[in-house]
Amino acid sequence: MTTKKVKVATVSLAGCFGCHMSFLDLDERLVDLVEHVQFDRSPLTDIEHCSDDCDIGLIEGGVCNSENVHVLREFRKQCKILVAVGACAINGGLPAMRNHISLEDCLNEAYMDGIGVENPQIPSDVELPLLLDKVHPLHEVVKIDYFLPGCPPSADVFWAFLTDLLAGREPALPYELIHFD
Amino acid sequence: MTKTFVIDGKTIPFEDGQTIMQAASAAGVYITHLCHNPQFTPHGSCKLCTVNVNGRNCSACTFPASEGQNVTNISKELNEDREKITQMLFVEGNHFCPSCEKTGNCQLQAVAYHLNMTDNHFPHFFENREVDASHPDVMIDHNRCIFCTLCVRASEQVDGKNVFAISGRGIDKRLVVNSPSGLLKDSALDVSDCAAHICPTGAILIKRTGYSVPIGQRIYDHAHIDAVALASEGEAHDH
Ligand code: SF4
Ligand code: SF4
Ligand code: FES
Repeated sequence: MTTKKVKVATVSLAGCFGCHMSFLDLDERLVDLVEHVQFDRSPLTDIEHCSDDCDIGLIEGGVCNSENVHVLREFRKQCKILVAVGACAINGGLPAMRNHISLEDCLNEAYMDGIGVENPQIPSDVELPLLLDKVHPLHEVVKIDYFLPGCPPSADVFWAFLTDLLAGREPALPYELIHFD
Repeated sequence: MTKTFVIDGKTIPFEDGQTIMQAASAAGVYITHLCHNPQFTPHGSCKLCTVNVNGRNCSACTFPASEGQNVTNISKELNEDREKITQMLFVEGNHFCPSCEKTGNCQLQAVAYHLNMTDNHFPHFFENREVDASHPDVMIDHNRCIFCTLCVRASEQVDGKNVFAISGRGIDKRLVVNSPSGLLKDSALDVSDCAAHICPTGAILIKRTGYSVPIGQRIYDHAHIDAVALASEGEAHDH
């Protein structure tokens, strides 16, 4: 009898993919991991939507636009355990440093008045997700079950967390693995 | 005979006039704190040092030790309260540790690590606070000030200058600088002042020193704040 593999979905919202890169730093431990884990929706698989029985959703990045909100809600609906991964998911991180500048000023700086801008215009297309007024951490939008701090969390953090969960233990990070930087 | 009280089952000797915090640190017992610094008169504002004394919660940094007290310092409930307080400090300011020079050396962050805090729990204020980089050697990033008043006390009690004060109340509380323009450059602050070096967070920073010690080799990267605090307490007594 083979035990059913645990389904893990991952996504990067308003993040830089650094957390995903750090996850890949698991290197040869990934081989052990896929013995027990099957990747569902993730930039690593190109699966576009979560299947409705995902076990773990790992979310990198905060919420900066309307699409992020929809994706995050899909993850909450489809995943049993939702994990905020990294500084941006936890407190908005670097993208949230725009929160004390008005959206209008941000857009003007980037697309109208910034140095080297050619053909200045604010992008506006139905295909483009609308920017939110402020960047928000995940827990302000949906319930989050666990948080993995770090910018990015090291591969050891992912390993400690996932091996705890897979072994049926309550995940607990040792002191050495809790970092906000 | 020495007078004693009990913290978490351990007998602590004390002298009259000592606070619970002073007696505990001298006896090698760490009580979480941020606004307390053994060099200065206690302020009792951050409430991280809240302990239970004979059934009542008190601030250990201001509460006098007395004979026969039964004090609880470590309990799930007290540590959860401390975590919530720390989370409130994080959401009230703007703490983006990856871009803060103080990271790894910051007591606010180290207390969070110590309490096993992995998230901020509350909605963030994302309030707009100023940075004052006007002084040639020292800068203030108000985004990271937790109003512990240590700079205020250091300037007053050690430097004899009164460069800093807290103005306003409650949510409108702000650190203000005593100068005609309100800017640090027009104040009496000198880079060698105690007040320039006392901040437990990254709110007051010395310019051009930020990364002299690389991230990963900083005070709290590997050591718990309780061990660091007790060791420095020991040093203070040896000298
Ligand atoms: S002051 Fe401390 S808690 Fe705040 S951003 Fe800097 S390192 Fe982080
Ligand atoms: S600037 Fe630093 S020392 Fe002064 S009140 Fe704020 S946190 Fe405390
Ligand atoms: S350390 Fe006692 S109230 Fe801050």
